[in-house]
Amino acid sequence: MGELPRHLLTIEGLAPPAIAHLLDLAESYVLLNRSGRTERDMLRGRTLINLFFEDSTRTRTSFELAGKRLGADVINMSVAASSVNKGETLLDTAATLNAMQCDLLVVRHAQSGAPNLLAQKVDAAVINAGDGTHEHPTQALLDALTIRRHKGRLAGLVVAICGDVAHSRVARSNIHLLVTLGARVRVVGPPTLIPAAIEGLGVAVFHDMKAGLASADVVMMLRLQKERMARGLVPSAREYFRFFGLDSEKFAEAKPDALVMHPGPMNRGVEIDSRLADDPAHSVIREQVEMGVAVRMAVLDTLARARAWPRHV
Amino acid sequence: MSENMSENTRSGPLPDLLFRNVRLIDPASGRDGAGELLVRNGCIADIAERIEAPEGAAVIAGGGAVLCPGLVDMRAALGEPGFEYRETIASAAAAASAGGITTLAALPDSQPAIDDPALVHFLRARGAATGRLTILPYGAVTRGCRGEELAELGLLREAGAVAFSDGARAIHPARLMRLALSYARGFGARIVQHPEEPSLAAGGAATEGELATRLGLPGIPACAEAILVARDLRLAELTGGMVHFSRLSTAEALALVRAAKARGIAVTCDTAPPYFALNELAIGDFRSYAKLSPPLRAEADRAAVAEALADGTLDAVVSDHQPRDADDKRLPFAEAAPGGAGLATLLAVTLAEYHGRRLTLSRVIELLTIAPARLLGVEAGRLAKGLPADLCLFAPERAWRVAAGALPGKAQNTPFDGRALEGRVLGTWKAGRRVFG
Repeated sequence: MGELPRHLLTIEGLAPPAIAHLLDLAESYVLLNRSGRTERDMLRGRTLINLFFEDSTRTRTSFELAGKRLGADVINMSVAASSVNKGETLLDTAATLNAMQCDLLVVRHAQSGAPNLLAQKVDAAVINAGDGTHEHPTQALLDALTIRRHKGRLAGLVVAICGDVAHSRVARSNIHLLVTLGARVRVVGPPTLIPAAIEGLGVAVFHDMKAGLASADVVMMLRLQKERMARGLVPSAREYFRFFGLDSEKFAEAKPDALVMHPGPMNRGVEIDSRLADDPAHSVIREQVEMGVAVRMAVLDTLARARAWPRHV
Repeated sequence: MSENMSENTRSGPLPDLLFRNVRLIDPASGRDGAGELLVRNGCIADIAERIEAPEGAAVIAGGGAVLCPGLVDMRAALGEPGFEYRETIASAAAAASAGGITTLAALPDSQPAIDDPALVHFLRARGAATGRLTILPYGAVTRGCRGEELAELGLLREAGAVAFSDGARAIHPARLMRLALSYARGFGARIVQHPEEPSLAAGGAATEGELATRLGLPGIPACAEAILVARDLRLAELTGGMVHFSRLSTAEALALVRAAKARGIAVTCDTAPPYFALNELAIGDFRSYAKLSPPLRAEADRAAVAEALADGTLDAVVSDHQPRDADDKRLPFAEAAPGGAGLATLLAVTLAEYHGRRLTLSRVIELLTIAPARLLGVEAGRLAKGLPADLCLFAPERAWRVAAGALPGKAQNTPFDGRALEGRVLGTWKAGRRVFG
């Protein structure tokens, strides 16, 4: 296995063996979870805090379930934006968490780099559960696991990541992971939603959906937030759906056995047609959720093992 | 000024001061060589190869170090009034002395903004009261530096404002810039522009490009600089006004200025050490101490800034001292306040261009003394008989390491933390009085 860092802040920088180790371990957790033998104790006596500065029922619940299945004491802290206005800074929060003797800290924050800042100040192992438009490492791992289970591999696959790449941490983490493992990654979207110099990350850029989807093995859709319309990056939802929404006509360009993925929550009728989202022949969107729990168990387990736990006095 | 009086009374008359065994560098006169300099009653009394020590004179043996005019910093924010938790005039003055700076032009975007003649008098007096630093106030271009209606430029000028600026804020509507250039021209004053098109820069935290994309940071396209520079050059041509761009940081904008100078447009410009000594990689793992405005650029732009220092396109180097406290900086990168402390490192970082053989030692000193003094229209930054003895003695080769937390003054937000520099200030004199070393 490759060296895992003390924290999981980014996919960027993870070596292929480290990624493979996490995926293999997650695979074993999938089987265990399905067998119903869910009680394990590798994190017994350890405290996992879900520190969410942004709402996300889905990701928070997934980490909560993963922690509980490994026997950890799980605490959810939702820090609404307003409490930051009360004057408590991120680093005050870090000091509080240190005093609580937290072992594993799962952080979601609206600002890129916030988990990196916390990781400098807390004793706990920090797991980035999504920071601004930077990274969302466990999402990329669960996506990779889902693909691997269906396709048997990642190397050589053509993966099209479509939509609001500019504002997507999911896209960045997926690009790093898929490129690292040898997939051929395309990003597809209007130029206003493709970030500058993204080619430098090893992807090909398409502004035409059909061209971008041609012969793709995997079509990964991204969520388009309404705010993008308000800021004028896209004129309207209907125009967006017309050119960049995934419907059966555009999807026909992909390989016949192509997978449809979405990190959720979906905007049906904006970036994806309901018929495709719910098509059991192609859509693996619900399976992504299941893989999420297994991947997070693997991450918690691995960081716990890799770490010399501080002995609390 | 009563405070100033008490300072003088307290210290009493100064003995004569004779600098020996120094390398005298005075770019204004072209002097560069071994010599001696005598100070009497706070003024330079003699400069010669050999000076007999007058009776009772204190002799400073320079050990071959460089003695040059006290540095003139054309751009610094003081923190006072309004942001005293970041820096005060007293703490900024201490940092300036440690950096060899004896004259400093203070930005007007304080709280309140320097948009009233009384505030110009106030800043000048507070500078004099430190006994170590001449403060030359900029006047605000617009009331409150809010970018709306023009401030009373004439009255501000009369009170002693050396030039006009809205500080870290660009003068945005083209009509407003036109008016400012045109009206200030009548008073012979420069408009100092923050060269960044605001509608492209709004919300940005780093230069747009692969690094910002990787870090997920909102980007500012590098051309936001050239776009505003191109417009303002045209407005300067239209009005005959004098425009000065502060902290130029891109090859494209520098090329525009180079061409405009060749065409005879009244344009001048400066840059600050981070823009020729660092590139965007310094923001690395979200290092907010390297978050500046304008943001650090790609390597090709950094190299172009260094080139423009050598070929004379850039007229001066400024500290762009922007004091920030820990709470301003220990935030997620996009939320952290931009700006770096620059007073103590101004000379040593600029000297790296000499050590790297891109600039002569005399050119480095010119960029930090007589060149900015001329732009500000003040009698400073040169060595001549009869002038106040504002002096800087430094060892160009002596090494030291920058350490945030151990810098002089209050502000510790240096983008050069941990960097090894060559060139150490040994002593600073203000009107003949030793204020550092």
